[in-house]
Amino acid sequence: MTVEVGRPPALRSQLNLWKPLWWAYPTWVVTALSAFGIYAFFAMIQKAGFAYPYLSPFYSPHIVISGLPISPAFYVAWVPLGFRLTCYYYRKAYFRSFLWEPPACAVADRPGRYTGETRLPFVLNNFHRYFLYVTLVVLGFLWYDAIRAFDFHGHFGIGVGSGIMLLNVVLLSGYTLGCHALRSLVGGGIDCYSCSLAAQGRHRAWSGVSLLNNRHALWAWASMFSVAITDIYIRFLIHGVFADPRWVS
Amino acid sequence: MTQAALESPAEGGETAATSRRFLVYRGDSNDGQMVEYSVPTLEGMVVLDAMHWIQAHVDGDLAVRWNCKAAKCGSCSAEVNGTPRLMCKTRVDVIVGDIWVQPMKAFPLIKDLVTDVQWNYEVNREIPPFTPPADVPSPWRVQQQDVERLFEFRKCIECFLCQDVCHILRDKNEKARYYGPRFMVRQAYLDMHPMDVRDRTGQIKDESGIGMCNITKCCTDVCPEHIHITDNAIIPLKERVVDEYFDPLLWAARRIRGRRQKKRPSSR
Ligand code: SF4
Ligand code: SF4
Ligand code: FES
Ligand code: FES
Repeated sequence: MTVEVGRPPALRSQLNLWKPLWWAYPTWVVTALSAFGIYAFFAMIQKAGFAYPYLSPFYSPHIVISGLPISPAFYVAWVPLGFRLTCYYYRKAYFRSFLWEPPACAVADRPGRYTGETRLPFVLNNFHRYFLYVTLVVLGFLWYDAIRAFDFHGHFGIGVGSGIMLLNVVLLSGYTLGCHALRSLVGGGIDCYSCSLAAQGRHRAWSGVSLLNNRHALWAWASMFSVAITDIYIRFLIHGVFADPRWVS
Repeated sequence: MTQAALESPAEGGETAATSRRFLVYRGDSNDGQMVEYSVPTLEGMVVLDAMHWIQAHVDGDLAVRWNCKAAKCGSCSAEVNGTPRLMCKTRVDVIVGDIWVQPMKAFPLIKDLVTDVQWNYEVNREIPPFTPPADVPSPWRVQQQDVERLFEFRKCIECFLCQDVCHILRDKNEKARYYGPRFMVRQAYLDMHPMDVRDRTGQIKDESGIGMCNITKCCTDVCPEHIHITDNAIIPLKERVVDEYFDPLLWAARRIRGRRQKKRPSSR
């Protein structure tokens, strides 16, 4: 008996049995990123992100230009936005899920001309390292905020908020320090590690970044959610929904 | 599993064979269809065993390319239930329901499951060969840490499954503009090699077309040797291209300080 499936249709719709739900990943990415984008926008237009001593990551560093009716969050938003948009992991996520190039492996691309990352706008992804440089500065501010979250009017204390802030900055550091561009920068570009002492040091740095880089996608998601959760928690405190459980010395 | 065991399963002391439905592409590039076969299966059976059973018992003219049956020669690449796989490494018992076996889609079909992968060898010839320094005679003394990351690239068995799944070659058929993941692995091996002195970045950007890759990672997903093609070959090469062609700071630094000669290990 023969079955009417010829070439070239080649079973594009026939599901891969190791990943029977090929549409699950794109659906998840579109849903999660859209939800995060909408929430982030909502959080940023609130013009409030501080519940002593906690500062929302959307509002850090806290820049206020008097006279301008713009939410301080917008002065910094371009940094994480640009960093994540040009991140090698998110590139995979949106090329697959939003642009369908391809939506899943061995599943047909969206029809039309394909130029990859050779044309505008995607050729701009090559500037990812510049967003990394600014992000490293912002990460410094976030660590400062996290440490400040343990300072209650000059007394050391630990609140649920302090824990959340700390966890958030740890996850953000894991994400940022596992960056592919950083991996190349610290040592990936070298061909001979044994040739000098400096190169040996850079081999160690490269190995360290590689360790984090291994699970870069996981760090990307975890840190994205922790940013949202940190903001949600602080927003509850701002609106007095509940009080922050804390212990102060 | 041996052919004898397939023919008389009871003798091997194994459980009695149950049958599975295989749908195998039969035809050439002009015309073809999926043909149904019922194949008795045994524990540990792989898809290639089933193809051999069909050859031996039903259709002697079923065209299949294979050599080692040990996932090492890279000959038996095909698409099993829509996924590029080595037939000899794909166990039948992990598949639920019917088993579809088709030739690789990215390459011209010769017959049944056999495709013409010639294009890959042509691409390979375009890559400038390994070029050691003329003034440092071999044998070289090379440290472990300098070649460690290259071992992974040497594992490639040239099965071309990554080439088959890469949407640029498979779907967009842009073979004139992109060499494909297998050859990014080879370029990475050469470019990161401590004893290779050739500047390959221009070739990697232009002729190889690395900018075409949008790092969607399907190549990594299908590689039977588990080479981290995207993370360890393509992305590092993309970063090297950025160093050379897109980074204004590095460009300015090169203008001011001049290009630095890369250091090489010395000879013994
Ligand atoms: S990551 Fe790049 S090379 Fe690999 S399959 Fe995707 S587009 Fe092709
Ligand atoms: S890189 Fe992996 S998938 Fe590609 S040809 Fe080599 S072994 Fe096969
Ligand atoms: S690659 Fe993801 S942050 Fe740089
Ligand atoms: S027969 Fe050699 S890899 Fe499958």
